[in-house]
Amino acid sequence: MPTVRIPTPLRKLTDGESQVAVAGSDLRTVVGNLGDAHPGLRERILDDSGELRRFVNVFVRDEDIRFQDGLDTPVAEDDTVSIVPAVAGGA
Amino acid sequence: MPTATAPPFVPAREAADLVPNLTGLACRECGEVEEVGLSHVCGFCFGPLEVVYDTDAISAVVSRERIEAGPPSLWRYGDLLPTLSSDPSHRVDLQTGLTPLRPAPRLAERLGLSELWLKDDTVNPSGSFKDRVVTVALSAGRALGIETFACASTGNLGNSVSAHAAAIGAPAYVFIPADLETGKVLGSAVHGPNLVTVRGNYDDVNRLCAEVADDTGWGFVNVNLRTYYAEGSKTIGFEIAEQLGWRFPDHVVAPIASGAMMVKIDKAFRELASYGLVDGDLPRVSGGQATGCSPVAEAFARGSFDVRPQKPDTIARSLAIGNPADGYYALKVADRTGGAIGHVPDDEIIAGIRLLAETEGVFAETAGGVTVANLKRMVEAGTIGRDERTVAVISGNGYKTVEAIADDVGPSFEVSPSLDDFLAQLS
Repeated sequence: MPTVRIPTPLRKLTDGESQVAVAGSDLRTVVGNLGDAHPGLRERILDDSGELRRFVNVFVRDEDIRFQDGLDTPVAEDDTVSIVPAVAGGA
Repeated sequence: MPTATAPPFVPAREAADLVPNLTGLACRECGEVEEVGLSHVCGFCFGPLEVVYDTDAISAVVSRERIEAGPPSLWRYGDLLPTLSSDPSHRVDLQTGLTPLRPAPRLAERLGLSELWLKDDTVNPSGSFKDRVVTVALSAGRALGIETFACASTGNLGNSVSAHAAAIGAPAYVFIPADLETGKVLGSAVHGPNLVTVRGNYDDVNRLCAEVADDTGWGFVNVNLRTYYAEGSKTIGFEIAEQLGWRFPDHVVAPIASGAMMVKIDKAFRELASYGLVDGDLPRVSGGQATGCSPVAEAFARGSFDVRPQKPDTIARSLAIGNPADGYYALKVADRTGGAIGHVPDDEIIAGIRLLAETEGVFAETAGGVTVANLKRMVEAGTIGRDERTVAVISGNGYKTVEAIADDVGPSFEVSPSLDDFLAQLS
């Protein structure tokens, strides 16, 4: 199953786990299953309309999903999904 | 023989009367408030956090006179910055800030403006405005007990973190894209940090650092210390107003990478007004990007607040952030103040660097060329009125990015050490 890396602020929703294995062949399914297994996580990642929240970046295979197919980005069995808050930056 | 004695690193007078002036950290999205700490993301909604000041406590002490009596650095505005500790040993200060606000009459004439000023941050200790945010971040980090400091950088920030960490003997880890300009790589390395070059662009470095910060607990100034760090850029706005004789300009033009500087300059003006330190209309605030990395300008042109990430391709490496965290907020500032956000191609950036250097004697890195070139376009388009008292923020030193102009400027003559030879060539 794909592995999802959980950032520290969200680990209280995963019983402290920093990585969780979640089934799904595309990101939308992975996030949905993640939310089912860990209530509250889906709402942190997606907005009310089901789209990725503005200040959340998600990477599949180390590439921003906004440069791939967004929530429709395919996810393979051995892929890693990273959830990263959009907070760093320069000037 | 007298023995030289190092001056105290932080004169006690300057810091001892400051008090912790925050009441918490608030989410910019949902408003949930957390305790002050090493936290940058809302535990409730995952949104970005921002410091919350104890405005009553600040109102009771802050005044023009108190600021003017303070140190000749940005710490004269310590009451208005996130001060976590009144212990002077926590202050990490290389005497950053209070940089010149230079009148720029020759550049103004070339651009068709009646009054133009340059906020010249090329002369900060490590050569860029980043010293402003780093002195605030490391001071906060020390107060929080952080021992190892780090950053994700396009160059200037790495230079500044390296310099400040060296000055306090703290270990530093500086992450940069592997293909940065030589001056920016060596400008960090010379201070002896752990310099990590990453095979990728800044956005890749940024993402890696977010995960490293999570894993190590190091104080990444622009990740888990960002809440404090970002406030340092307010001092650009504070200084502009004080140096204009406690008056606001009409218009400020700043470079945009993440968008944080532009946002914080606007915040500074609003704070000065709210504390009664400056009267008058709040300035318009505009921003400039390079065409090769213009996600915020592109959203502005669409009339949208939805910033679409880009893959950067520009000589303005210090602004090459394709996924700018504060782009949304920068668009809000432009919208609220009546400002604009533009972009210019690389050849205009080089022309902007040269125009600034040739008219005002200020040698800026590529971000300064971006600012000047965008200013030029905004005046030509009528976005900036010719009678507006305008300030351009020149954020970094040109000696860091000499590659940008290497093909465009150079020696005028090559002569033998002979007067006859020289005079012959002169004629």
